[in-house]
Amino acid sequence: MIRFENVQKRYPGGREALSGVSFSLERGEMAFLTGPSGAGKSTLLKLIALIERPTRGTVLVNQQNTARIRRRRVPYFRQRIGVVFQDHKLLYDRPVFDNVALPLVIAGMKPREIGRRVRASLDQVGLLDRESHPPITLSTGEQQRVGIARAVAARPDVVIADEPTGNLDPALSLDIMKLFERFNEVGVTLLLATHDLELVGHLGHRRIELEGGRLARDSGQ
Amino acid sequence: MIVRYFRLHAQTLGAALGRIGSTPVGAALNVLVIAIALALPAGMQVLIENANRLSPAFDDAADFTIYLKLDVDEERGRALSAEIESRAEVESTRFVSKLEGLTELRQSMGFGGALEGLEENPLPHAIRVRPDVRAIDAIDTLASDLEGLPEIDLVQLDRAWVERLRAILALGGRGVDLITVLLATSVILVIGNTIRMEIQNRRTEIEVLKLVGATDGFIRRPFLYTGLCLGGTGAVAAALMIGIGLLLLAGPVRDLAALYATDFRLSGPSFGALGTLIGGGALLGWIGAWIAAARHLRAIEPA
Repeated sequence: MIRFENVQKRYPGGREALSGVSFSLERGEMAFLTGPSGAGKSTLLKLIALIERPTRGTVLVNQQNTARIRRRRVPYFRQRIGVVFQDHKLLYDRPVFDNVALPLVIAGMKPREIGRRVRASLDQVGLLDRESHPPITLSTGEQQRVGIARAVAARPDVVIADEPTGNLDPALSLDIMKLFERFNEVGVTLLLATHDLELVGHLGHRRIELEGGRLARDSGQ
Repeated sequence: MIVRYFRLHAQTLGAALGRIGSTPVGAALNVLVIAIALALPAGMQVLIENANRLSPAFDDAADFTIYLKLDVDEERGRALSAEIESRAEVESTRFVSKLEGLTELRQSMGFGGALEGLEENPLPHAIRVRPDVRAIDAIDTLASDLEGLPEIDLVQLDRAWVERLRAILALGGRGVDLITVLLATSVILVIGNTIRMEIQNRRTEIEVLKLVGATDGFIRRPFLYTGLCLGGTGAVAAALMIGIGLLLLAGPVRDLAALYATDFRLSGPSFGALGTLIGGGALLGWIGAWIAAARHLRAIEPA
């Protein structure tokens, strides 16, 4: 599903965020991307979502070489990827329902189908009764669950998450991770960046560890 | 596919209207600026068109009038009239005695009162000359030829002032065209600037939209609709302004026309012209928004 071949990313100014990273994640797999701050976790996820492009090496997503995707085609590529952010990146001027519906509206779905899918997603994250609330009235954990509902609403090939539990206390973090596990059980490919090693150890999935931009350890290989 | 397209557009149009409505004062000021910029050239266009409606009344303007010297009597005048009529370049002539001249003047120009006060008729005899249409080009030669005759005081080519009027109208029309171009550009700039600020205000939203896979077209669309609505609303307001302006002018124009003994009335813009104004306003808004979106949306990328 995701395949990195000897990927290097050097930012303008010379900072090398990733060097020689290779790994692959199979369809339906769930893995944690760990490592200290500045190890290159975010950069790696950005390469998958085509927010950044590699300086060298190849990133394949769903057998597609991302280097060959032109700027104009990037939106269609992103429609197949669900992204969850540490700061949720919700739109606060519209209710929960509209936030979750966003990727579906973009994909041009019929209103009835959108309503069905949004409610299904909200049901899965346990926020069905909050669809008409503005996100700001929700707790941080609930907002993150809205973010997750949005990421999975369009049933993407893969969901990536950058520190999805970064702002949450341990109990809520575990809740969120359990939620991701449930999505994985129904076949969603997941790559979650986190520095919460305790949680990762507790859940025991494949762990890809970065250090100083290099692959330090990969428990899946 | 097509249904999907229209559904998206309808949704965005609604959202754009809602967004304009959410900041009523700012939006109203914007619309007012646009309306003034559109009303000026459109209003002047209406006035020029009204003036143009006046000038066909002078289409027989190739006719000219010869005024005889005061000491030439009526008999000699009639003979001269027949003489001139026999020329090849002349189609017909009409002798106008000083008495007839005074009566005509009294009837046509509304000078009745002023003329009553005159003790004697100050007018000379005159001859109205209608040149042969084929000789139109030779009209100046003919006129100066006639002016050389001893009995003739003055040859007045009526055409001259009509041509002057037409030249002035043409100049005015050209001026209005120039002003139209300038003000249309300013409408594009005003709307472009509004959209630019709107884009800056909604930067975060645009980033999120790009992250969840929105195409450039999808992101651009609400801004284009906002521009379209601003331009269209501005044009409707401009039409209202022109209407009010015409109402205010109607009375004085009627009075002035009465002084010239015509029943000329100001006419408003036609439906076609109104359609052009509103369609044009909307188009300018769309263009302004498009330029702003093309320039500024691309620069916003999620990081």
